[in-house]
Amino acid sequence: MKDKKTITVAVTGLNAIDSPGPGIAVIRGLKESDFFNVRIIGLVYEILEPGIYMDELVDKVYQIPVPSSGFDVMLERLKYIQEKENIDILIPNFDAELMTFIKLKPILNKMGIKMLIPTKEQFEERLKGELNKFGEKLGIKVPKSKTVFTINELEETLDDFDYPVVIKGKFYDAYIATNTEQAKNFFYKISAKWGAPIIIQKFINGNEFNITALGDGKGGLLGAVSMRKTFLTDKGKAWAGISIDDPKLIKMANNVISKTKWAGGMEIELIKEEKTNELYLLEINPRFPAWIYLANGCGQNHPEMLVKFLMGEKVDPIEEYAIGKMFIRYSYDMICDLDKYEKMSIHGEV
Amino acid sequence: MKLKKNIAISESGFIFNPEIGTSFTTNSLGVAILKQLKEKTSLDQIKDSIVKNYDIDAITCEKDLDDFLRIVNQYNLLEEES
Repeated sequence: MKDKKTITVAVTGLNAIDSPGPGIAVIRGLKESDFFNVRIIGLVYEILEPGIYMDELVDKVYQIPVPSSGFDVMLERLKYIQEKENIDILIPNFDAELMTFIKLKPILNKMGIKMLIPTKEQFEERLKGELNKFGEKLGIKVPKSKTVFTINELEETLDDFDYPVVIKGKFYDAYIATNTEQAKNFFYKISAKWGAPIIIQKFINGNEFNITALGDGKGGLLGAVSMRKTFLTDKGKAWAGISIDDPKLIKMANNVISKTKWAGGMEIELIKEEKTNELYLLEINPRFPAWIYLANGCGQNHPEMLVKFLMGEKVDPIEEYAIGKMFIRYSYDMICDLDKYEKMSIHGEV
Repeated sequence: MKLKKNIAISESGFIFNPEIGTSFTTNSLGVAILKQLKEKTSLDQIKDSIVKNYDIDAITCEKDLDDFLRIVNQYNLLEEES
């Protein structure tokens, strides 16, 4: 076997918690690459993100400023990190940070850091508040939804909906409300955490399906795997899932990627209404999902394909994947010495 | 009425629907019925083979087979013959 080329990849989303970021799953895919020997630089916001302490997966870790600190603060920090680490590729894994990285892309590119991420327009047109328009453009049904900014607006808008309704945050969190009081409580809860706007969406009863897809930015679908969540946490996150074989879902992924010319990872969340068997688009997440390692287990290593693509290697699109592969998450207590925590607290790197 | 073509039937009685990722369990007779449905065997032929091989009369068999197929249909394993 030929020697593998060593490259350095920076990854965010090392928060492998109960509602996990995708970073660790992405890193596992990269570490299993047949093509590259990947050195991982973890970029973290919190010093208790579990990935910091996973020495077998993460080679070096730097704390970075939260996106709300502004463009310049983030750029300064990344310049400092790049001087030391010579990063080839950066894979952002949080919705909330993506706009900052989209703005930084041309500068980072000049610094030698490549990213396969959507454009500002692509990022914005799939925002939850814009989903009706997006669905129309792509010919996909979307549950009726309205965006509201204030509690008064919420109360007025709720008159147009039948209960139950789904109350969603602009980036994260979704709750099912069965009456106005509950809806108002969820409005306060979500807006306190993520800010306005809040999205009110018609509740659809049925099975949820998810697709992870990788686009080349020119309309080409490099790979896609669909799965059904088989076990949910109380936050509605998948704790277990199984890969499935529904050609309609992969066709939909192809349609979304080709029409949007999406660059990078994407998660499409759908629900099949039990009564009508109709598919509805619930969300499009602009990044790999936290369950991306299932795609690897099914024979499509999307993080590796992304890296190969950015490194200018030929990437053949993959259509096949193993059906009936399951993932099951588990929690695991790591025992860590205080010195790593101390270094992160004092120096912001370890 | 026939079984959807991609339904996986294990000898152990584990049935997997790869289109939606659901699974079920049944007994050896259930496996035999589902396999025959997959091979597009008619319901009359399935019923005859059960009556021949098991200690059951035709009327009870038809009723039980109907009940079983209703459950199979609820599990979304059947499709109309084209």
